Amino acid sequence: MNTSVRHIEADVVIVGAGPAGLAAARAATQSRSVLLLDDNPAAGGQIWRGASERALQSLTRRRETGPLASPRIQRMFGVRIFAGDAARRALRAETATGALQIRYRDLVLATGARELFLPVPGWTLPNVMGAGGLQAMVKGGLPIAGKRIVVAGSGPLLLAVADVLRSKGAKVVAIAEQAPARAVNAFAWSLLQHPAKLLQAAALRTMQWGIPYWTDAWPVACIGNQQLERVMVMRKGRRVELECDYLACGFGLVPNTELAQQMGCAMQGDFVKVNDAQLTSQPHVYCAGEVTGIGGVQKSLDEGGVAGSVLGAAPVTALAALQRSRARWRRFEASLNHAFALRPELSTLADDETIVCRCEDVTWGRIRAHSHWLEAKLHTRCGMGPCQGRICGAALGVMRGKTGWQVESIREPVFPVRAETLAALGARREENS
Amino acid sequence: MTQTAEAIVLGAGIVGTACALELARSGLRVTIVDDGVVGGGATAAGMGHVTVMDDSEPQFALTRYSQQLWHTIRNDAATPLPGEAEWLPCGTIWVAADDDEMAEVHRKHAFYSARAVSTITLDSQQLAQAEPNLRGGLAGGLLVLEDVVIYPPVVAAWMLKQCEMLSAAFVRQRATAFCESGDHAEVTLADGSILSADCVIHATGTWTPLLLPSIPVHPRKGHLLITERYAGFLRHQLVELGYLKSAASAGGDSVAFNAQPRATGQILIGSSRQYGATDSAVEPQMLARMLRRAEEFMPEIGKLQGVRAWTGFRASTPDKLPLIGLAPGYRNVYLATGHEGLGITTATGTAKLIADHILGRTSAIPAAPYQPSRYTPANDNARDGGTA
Repeated sequence: MNTSVRHIEADVVIVGAGPAGLAAARAATQSRSVLLLDDNPAAGGQIWRGASERALQSLTRRRETGPLASPRIQRMFGVRIFAGDAARRALRAETATGALQIRYRDLVLATGARELFLPVPGWTLPNVMGAGGLQAMVKGGLPIAGKRIVVAGSGPLLLAVADVLRSKGAKVVAIAEQAPARAVNAFAWSLLQHPAKLLQAAALRTMQWGIPYWTDAWPVACIGNQQLERVMVMRKGRRVELECDYLACGFGLVPNTELAQQMGCAMQGDFVKVNDAQLTSQPHVYCAGEVTGIGGVQKSLDEGGVAGSVLGAAPVTALAALQRSRARWRRFEASLNHAFALRPELSTLADDETIVCRCEDVTWGRIRAHSHWLEAKLHTRCGMGPCQGRICGAALGVMRGKTGWQVESIREPVFPVRAETLAALGARREENS
Repeated sequence: MTQTAEAIVLGAGIVGTACALELARSGLRVTIVDDGVVGGGATAAGMGHVTVMDDSEPQFALTRYSQQLWHTIRNDAATPLPGEAEWLPCGTIWVAADDDEMAEVHRKHAFYSARAVSTITLDSQQLAQAEPNLRGGLAGGLLVLEDVVIYPPVVAAWMLKQCEMLSAAFVRQRATAFCESGDHAEVTLADGSILSADCVIHATGTWTPLLLPSIPVHPRKGHLLITERYAGFLRHQLVELGYLKSAASAGGDSVAFNAQPRATGQILIGSSRQYGATDSAVEPQMLARMLRRAEEFMPEIGKLQGVRAWTGFRASTPDKLPLIGLAPGYRNVYLATGHEGLGITTATGTAKLIADHILGRTSAIPAAPYQPSRYTPANDNARDGGTA
């Protein structure tokens, strides 16, 4: 009932402490003070979760100077921002113990991306995991030594995940990449022009260890009684059953654009639209990283660097260099997305009994009777659960096509929050003091 | 091309689908017209209660009659409501904060008892036992046993499906105009085609003035918050007796504590009322006021995770009664609109009254108090208390 509200006045506020957010913080701190926020308990984002502070430093050192531990960077973790008001330049957030009202002069949204899951028959069995999710759990201490794991889905992240799993003692049965060999080979050539070092290293090690890398292959069913026992994979037109203990599955990334959308930032397709300075359609609101296009770590670093340099009034030459590098990585992004475009067969994986919305247990058979998202939502409860449609909404965008199947509007709170937080933060300031 | 029906219902919300079903079951050929999601307007935005109310005798008559019709629908084994309709016979407790409000509990109890509505008066201790999460020190409450909570969009879709099984047609288009000529009425659709019928029923809620600008229906904005699942946190629908003051206020913004258990285990928290607001955005300050009011009654409610907040617009009329009957100046055009916060409850009774009028049947309750003709220019005094 008596939730305390902490009011914070900040200069540059950065939401998301992944690669883009960290790069933005470093660049902006040259002449501004920075408040870096993340809802995770530590920095690093999804990709670098669990990476040491030193590793993060070395990755960002190439372009930006100044230590990450600058006294001009204040960091707060475990902060969940559920609403923003671009007109008042304010954010509202919840922590484990209270509520925050944050005023900013400039804002950088570097809220990253989440994995795309596509419902396959049996995907709700225990031990069917997201590729990045399993990787994070393994880094967090889940023992997997000796476990047989199938890695499936699409994109270069599968290689990185397989590499981590193998290094922790798992037997990676196979990597099933849905993209055709021709596209993957073309992408491998483009890697030579875009030295994505982390990716190259993971790919090399995967090859060295002899992990089967199948193209034109994707999971069509997960089979098991109490938990996953086998994965049926469609490989070059034939069904193959693989015995395994885990399936680590991810079909690429979906940008976390909810906060930007709730704040009224214009979109371009699935992504937040930004100008050359990473500025969105809302004044003082910048976006960097996967929210503007899925392009990997280097693109995120460059975009964060550009936003931070603009805010930190970096020398024109330094900014121009970052923008040139960013252009290169955006071309890389284009070749990445071209190579790993999802094949049409993936939109028909689910059968009528397959659960699409896991929060509300809504099956594909019930959803497909509807002609668009709002109708399906109101009549089946699809997307009405705590994930607010983040998982099933993205899946249905693939399964039904984008038209009519976009989440209809983004309202606050963009994450579930305690009612007392909403009660405390909506009140006028004088009522809280 | 002109297609003919015996009745055209504009609007596939709960009121429109209920009217269409009643007419179809009475043997009429019905066409329902709506370009939006079935039950996707105020039907989806509201709380979904089937509640008796007693602000006035006409309000009581319609809500009570309608509630009995809902129970009849529920008990009809031939056409069972789907499980997704989430029928929850939780009853309502009107919560009295102090002795003044407790006096109102006794008055309501006497009123309902005289009209064969089952209610139980709860003292402070009994209230605490009935709802352990209410704060201590409340004076008591009145439990209304037959009140129910449902999930209205599914019910509207079910009603439409029943209509279609009776050969009714659903036209997924916007109606852009209508006119009356001789003994029939015509509706023009967005694609230019024309539907013709013996009568047209406007069941378009807050949108009614788009085609009938003189009809005094005004949007009254409300906010709601739904939580994650907390089965058992709340057992009955709870409404503060102060709600009456909030709902009855003619102008200004107001909030009142109203919480519902849902069949899913979720808690739906309301309510707020605003006139003049046309933007559907969630307003943090209104949401906060509403939730603070809820916390005053249930301190622990603040600890629950809110999953989603939204707003909706009630179709309100100056005298708080719906518009059911012939549209002023027309012979074949009917209104079934202006139900404000009671559209789910009174959809069934509204459908009966409309069908009775069209078919020349005698109604079970007096229809006069809801006649739209009370708002004809010659009868301007009924507009007193209205706000523009």
